[in-house]
Amino acid sequence: MKYIFWLCAAITIIVITFMGAYIIVGGLPFFSHTNIVSFLLGKKWNPSGEIFGIYPMLITSIYATVGATSIGVVVGMSTAIVLVEILPLKAAKVFSAAIDLLAGIPSVIYGFWGLMVIVPIIDKFWGGKGAGSSLLAAIIILSIMILPTIIRMSEVSLKAVPKEYKEGALGLGASKFQYIFKVQIGAAKSGIMAGIVLGIGRALGETMAVILVSGNAPIIPKSLVDPVRTLTANIALEMGYASGVARQALFATGMVLFALIMLINFLLTQFIKNAERRNGNARKA
Amino acid sequence: MHVKHKDRIVFTALIGISLLTITVLLWILGYVFLKGWRHIDIIKLIPPIVATMYMILIGLGISAPIGIGAAIYLNEYAKGGKFVERIRFATESLAAVPSILFGLFGMMFFLTTLKLGFSMFSGGLTISMMVLPTIVKTTEEALKTVPVAYREGSLALGASKLATITKIVLPSALPGILTGVVLGTGRIVGETAAIFLTAGTMYKLPKNLMETGRTLSVHLYLLAKEGISFEEAYGTALVLLLVILMLNICTYLIGAKLNKNRGR
Repeated sequence: MKYIFWLCAAITIIVITFMGAYIIVGGLPFFSHTNIVSFLLGKKWNPSGEIFGIYPMLITSIYATVGATSIGVVVGMSTAIVLVEILPLKAAKVFSAAIDLLAGIPSVIYGFWGLMVIVPIIDKFWGGKGAGSSLLAAIIILSIMILPTIIRMSEVSLKAVPKEYKEGALGLGASKFQYIFKVQIGAAKSGIMAGIVLGIGRALGETMAVILVSGNAPIIPKSLVDPVRTLTANIALEMGYASGVARQALFATGMVLFALIMLINFLLTQFIKNAERRNGNARKA
Repeated sequence: MHVKHKDRIVFTALIGISLLTITVLLWILGYVFLKGWRHIDIIKLIPPIVATMYMILIGLGISAPIGIGAAIYLNEYAKGGKFVERIRFATESLAAVPSILFGLFGMMFFLTTLKLGFSMFSGGLTISMMVLPTIVKTTEEALKTVPVAYREGSLALGASKLATITKIVLPSALPGILTGVVLGTGRIVGETAAIFLTAGTMYKLPKNLMETGRTLSVHLYLLAKEGISFEEAYGTALVLLLVILMLNICTYLIGAKLNKNRGR
């Protein structure tokens, strides 16, 4: 029986390895058509003309992720601090339930809401070539979508800071504000960073919500209100009818995405390891 | 005095920013409810609902046994080491892979290589890979909360290791495992990218495993994307939201029971 359980565990390794290998095998032949440099840095994407440059999508994904993460970190950390240090326990519980709900809302509903509410607002105030469908809309929706992740992870690590730190800081005459910003956040750093990195992964990987609000034009954005297309959207939009070398190009796009996500995941495990070591030390002390 | 004053300003700012989170949530919920409640047409939604059920049944039918088995191995049998570390990394990575990559893989492997076509089965297989890490993680957490004394007591009474696991450990961990299953259901219901590339986008009632169909989320996505009927989209969005709300309430009820069992 032990071996059946062992097999179940081994399946997780098999699945991720097989999937990674399959995407790489599907994408590699593409590089005999277009070399990797002109693929990554090519500024034109025209599948029917067999011109495949994903630079516009790559840069859009980076812009959107950085933008969403910046907003998400500010709002998310403030919310986490309020939850842990400011609100009374009962209110914090209700607030927490609301955040669980926010985490459970399907991405397509975020996208739909963004399309019906955020896009018209952007169109009204700033216009833009996509009539509101834009990089800005994508950033706003993504920042909302990664909020629960950042809040949860920050909340957990802020709570894990030993009580003695607080007592010590307050005992030495620090104000509550000084304690939070100079002691608590410092002690919870690894966990918070892990939350942020997890959020970055979410933002980078989100597809459907982004397709609905971003306009999907494969161009390099020159302003926040330009319509844009991300790496993920590129795969989702064209996979349905691409064939031959165009399909291989999508696999190659998937490879780039896979590589980015694995890199992020590697960083994440490092942060978590640090956090665990730190917690272990704190408990010993 | 000076410091206190500064504290108050900072705290007010923090509370103000955190209210943004609640505002956005209420805005989304309010918007979908107000726009949607008059447009729910349940007859028209039957095919997507049936397709969604297929996804849940196949997805969980595959991922729950494997995920629970893997968690049992990790928590009850494994004694650390390289293999466990690799499994951890594999589950973390699997959880981090964007759903569109599952779609890409599923479409090429299940549809093209295995020739399963756009079908409930292809979609279910793909989605089961996606929820696997959720099940493993929550089950493992649940198993960890079962006191070692339970296991020792059972083993001391002469029960075999397997009997201890199936008769003592699993029943005590059941609420936690159920939470994982409910979370997995939520992910399946909400998923779009991986499903529309594998189960298909056709609006029809899937009569068996090998037929194509669109789930509720895919239905909403297509309605919104093509702009065919925003009224139908509002109705679909509300139904989808209600399902998610119900699942959320389920996890709370299970959680409440869990705390009561532990005597908190």
